[in-house]
Amino acid sequence: MSNNTNQEEKKYIFDNPKNLKRLLTVFYSLCVVFFALDIFVYKHIYFDSEKWPGFYSVYGFVACVVLVLVSKYILRPLVMRKEDYYE
Amino acid sequence: MNNFFIPPAFVFIIAAAFLPLFSGKVRSVYLLLIPVVGFANLINIPHGNFWAYSFLDYGLHLIRVDKVSLLFGYAFHLITFVTLIYALNFKRNMEYVAGLIYAGGALGAVFAGDLITLFIFWELMTISSTFLVWARGTESSIGSGYRYMLVHLLGGLVLLIGIILHGQETGSMAFNHIGLGTVGSYFIFFGFGVNCAWPFLHSWLTDAYPEASIAGTVFLSAFTTKTAVYALARGYAGTDALIWIGVGMAAFPIFYAVIENDLRRVLAYSLINQVGFMVVGIGIGTELAVNGALAHVFTDIMFKALLFMGMGAVLYRTGKIKATELGGLYKYMPYTTIFTIVGAASISAFPLFSAFASKSMVMSAAVHESLYFVWLVLLFASAGVFHHAGIKIPFFAFFGHDSGLKPKEAPMNMLIAMGILAFLNIFIGTFPSFLYNLLPYPVEYKPYTADHVIFQLQILLFSALAFTLLLRAGIYPAEIRSTNIDSDWTYRRGYRAFLWLIDKPVLGFMNYMKKLFFESIPGKLKHFSKNPMAIIMLTFSNSESRKHITDCIINEEDAYLESMNIHWSIGLSVILIIAFLVIYLLVFMISLL
Repeated sequence: MSNNTNQEEKKYIFDNPKNLKRLLTVFYSLCVVFFALDIFVYKHIYFDSEKWPGFYSVYGFVACVVLVLVSKYILRPLVMRKEDYYE
Repeated sequence: MNNFFIPPAFVFIIAAAFLPLFSGKVRSVYLLLIPVVGFANLINIPHGNFWAYSFLDYGLHLIRVDKVSLLFGYAFHLITFVTLIYALNFKRNMEYVAGLIYAGGALGAVFAGDLITLFIFWELMTISSTFLVWARGTESSIGSGYRYMLVHLLGGLVLLIGIILHGQETGSMAFNHIGLGTVGSYFIFFGFGVNCAWPFLHSWLTDAYPEASIAGTVFLSAFTTKTAVYALARGYAGTDALIWIGVGMAAFPIFYAVIENDLRRVLAYSLINQVGFMVVGIGIGTELAVNGALAHVFTDIMFKALLFMGMGAVLYRTGKIKATELGGLYKYMPYTTIFTIVGAASISAFPLFSAFASKSMVMSAAVHESLYFVWLVLLFASAGVFHHAGIKIPFFAFFGHDSGLKPKEAPMNMLIAMGILAFLNIFIGTFPSFLYNLLPYPVEYKPYTADHVIFQLQILLFSALAFTLLLRAGIYPAEIRSTNIDSDWTYRRGYRAFLWLIDKPVLGFMNYMKKLFFESIPGKLKHFSKNPMAIIMLTFSNSESRKHITDCIINEEDAYLESMNIHWSIGLSVILIIAFLVIYLLVFMISLL
């Protein structure tokens, strides 16, 4: 962890909002690069859906959005109880 | 005595018995020597069946060594060694003794040559692992430990019934391929299923593992489910039902993991999710699939232990493990952060990390068998596991909001243990051939092809993108202090229905019978016996004569002499009756002479 000593309080890497912004920029660009790589790489295809451009990217994204929405709006109202429910 | 060896289980169990004789540094050295000696013993054993004994006319073997059991043997020795290093700063003997016997039980089970030997060590695991849950010492861990033990004892009983039936049906206790068919085979199947944490049979795991002691959870994560996977691979490879059971295991826990607040419970759910991949592989049953399942057992032991160690270190230093109470710890526990991130990358199957080499074998096997739906669900589960274990665990513990906690870095021995596992995860991920050589079937699978690496990174990057966007948009579910009910509800709350059943219908009926036989019938009889004639006449008479008869009865009672109003106590009556019986007996015996 790179941290430069600043007077009294230590400053840590994510205390500086700029670093977070940089990290996110790198991350978003990686997403774009890998989405584009789909076109250039030779694919061993077994299933039809693998032929669709960006199938894995879209599937990964949609899967996680569905996962979060289902957990939050369907599962949580069904199963969530107070912390001391069993006590 | 070039080839002297003892069953691998005995090394650990005997060593555990002598542990209380040592303390301090000597104890640490002694502890670390145990798995080393065990390993030296293990590599000395040739393939084959040894240590024959007989029980109920069955010829049994304590050891059966082949490539499958050896793979588990290596993994169990390795993880015991590393977990003991992790636990060295704990003073009490309880976790060491329980952990060693538990490891011994797991080794005994995977090297068992027959079903009876398997069952004995299976139960030994249940008993010893319960102490690892109790070792935490909190009230909730004690309750959780009891529930854990009861579920496993029930599962063990089902297994025992299955083994006895199977023995009757086939006339042999040999533990080879069983397959579904006979009644006994179904019992054994479900007996294994309890320990394998199948859907609806899984709640012992998510109930007890997060309640166990810090080192206890690491031990627990390595043995019970993996031994069950071994048993399924041995007995039920290629059973179609396992594909669907495994798909369920891989899919449903990730939803729970997203909304769970206790980070060790998140890992417990993700443990079921990973075992799901193994069960699918066993269900598919091709050489590639079984290889993949077994390879994933090996890597899962390594990365799951690493993740539990990371969270254990956080719990040890802060006393907290709920996401709502943690955050920002990367500043104070940088090494723990890095090691946990390595574990997170490994479970998520990033290229160069361990699961990339193992999980993809199961996925490929599904592809080769044209199981499109299975493949889609496993792909979904792969994205989901990165989401909840890969991102959520490190993010909420070490980053996220600043919790204001300023703990010290984890103790050196914990860091060394995590460092070893982090190294192993990267090593296996980078050079998978070392692992592939240990697998039972020859491996032609190549994980590092350009399209596989890119597809995997696409899935992971866009899962992370979804997490990032949802979090920044405020849609990601905020952690809430809560309890999420799961199938353990059936016995933690369902017992109330049972109590009602006992209290209202059953006890109510018994109460009625008690009143009937001890109060109302004797009461009526007493009434009747006082003046039978009058009672009979009362029944068949009109109201006028009834009054007359009642008056007569009362007058009759008044007419009794004082001396006749003696109240005979029950005890006196009983003594008199016994006396009469004794007299009868004497008369009878005399007449016999």
